[in-house]
Amino acid sequence: MSVNSEILDLTHADRSLAQQVTPGRWEKMLSCIQCGTCTASCPAAPAMDLSPRRMWRMVQLGMTEEVLRSKSIWLCSLCYTCHVRCPRGIPLTETIVRLKELAIERGIVSSPQSGAFYRTFADVMRRYGRMREVEFMARYFLASNPLAALGFARLGLTMLARGKIGLEWPRLGGEGRLDRLFARVAELEGKR
Amino acid sequence: MRYIFYPGCSQEGTALEYRDSSLAVLRALGADVEELEDWTCCGASVAPVMSDLLGLVLPARNLALAEQQADGRDLLVVCSACYTNFRRTAATLAADRSLHDKVNQALEVENLTYQGTLTARHILDVLANDFGPEAVRARVQKPLEGLTVAPYYGCQTVRPYSPFDNGQRPTSMLPLLEALGVRVHRHPREASCCGTSLLMTKPEVGLTMAGAVLAACEGADCIVTVCPMCHMNLDAYQDKVSRLLGRTVRIPVLYLPQLMGLAFGLPREVLGLQRHVTPVSF
Repeated sequence: MSVNSEILDLTHADRSLAQQVTPGRWEKMLSCIQCGTCTASCPAAPAMDLSPRRMWRMVQLGMTEEVLRSKSIWLCSLCYTCHVRCPRGIPLTETIVRLKELAIERGIVSSPQSGAFYRTFADVMRRYGRMREVEFMARYFLASNPLAALGFARLGLTMLARGKIGLEWPRLGGEGRLDRLFARVAELEGKR
Repeated sequence: MRYIFYPGCSQEGTALEYRDSSLAVLRALGADVEELEDWTCCGASVAPVMSDLLGLVLPARNLALAEQQADGRDLLVVCSACYTNFRRTAATLAADRSLHDKVNQALEVENLTYQGTLTARHILDVLANDFGPEAVRARVQKPLEGLTVAPYYGCQTVRPYSPFDNGQRPTSMLPLLEALGVRVHRHPREASCCGTSLLMTKPEVGLTMAGAVLAACEGADCIVTVCPMCHMNLDAYQDKVSRLLGRTVRIPVLYLPQLMGLAFGLPREVLGLQRHVTPVSF
């Protein structure tokens, strides 16, 4: 049997992406041996366009555009299974969080639902200091896909009847509870 | 046992019954629990995505507040996502002095300083290790004999920042369940993911994940969980999961303190069993 083996030399690979997104010691990312434990462990892998194993190779190679445009990063549910199983000890889950951050920063969010989810959640959090679940859900559906809200209408009514959710008027004006802290963080990060 | 208590946002809304039953059970066991004043959102899974620094500053704000009010007490947390954020922040800042300083620069606008002296504890850890099965058994008035219970830990309760149990094959709930007199339904999805926010953003993927957990628990009379996100996903979406699986799946999902409260003989209204989407018939 002949094996078509091409040697992939990482010596001159573009390391900028790995440096930017791997928390702690970024060199760890280059130690990925492509064993595939991450893909085998991931409950969302069957729905991904890039398998986790493939995605980590692309991070090693600095293929920023391709990785940030993938649907895969938005399918991570932060279950940390790949993270605790990685034989190289690469902090995979938290690297995906950084990839999401970078994608939002660059305005490349391949999942409009995820974009709406993070934006809306952060805004409600900033305004009230604590999550208001009903306002968040209403605004999330308006921002992402109002039709999808119909699929949740019956559940919403059941939860209302059980007293699990209550209705509150949104407070639109005035200073938000965490405005100053959010602004200070942006300032420290040089985003403002 | 004395604790300073961080409820977390869900426990003021959809998971109010988790807070009420936790407080009722802890008090029945003789714990002294005081709520943290002026707490704010831990940032959930969202703040770290919006900004790395914000994802540390929001938990640190609450940790700093708790340090002021704790007086030697541990911080008691019932939500596994809040718990992970607090422990991730503590571990990250302990390992990085300059990041710690930067977080404190941000906290100046709230007149707070985070020291790094406080320990965040999950309620499962507290129940299993500060009280333990003997104290629980001594408080049981109505043993739940004949009830078969499927334990469900979910992800962030036990990994990766949790020191009190095995991150992949957790067992800390077992002695507590046995102390209540129930039979335990072991299954391979005890520490699998419930689907978290994917049930909102990618429903077909999230429902498959929640459905896998529910299917593994079939045969039990109820599922027991210790996280409001897991509870929501397993309790509220059983109609949709049933449609996906092509058969009816109907299993009540209880918070561990609710099940303990039943065995302790606490009033059902206090435990909030009537608030669940899937009715609790026992």
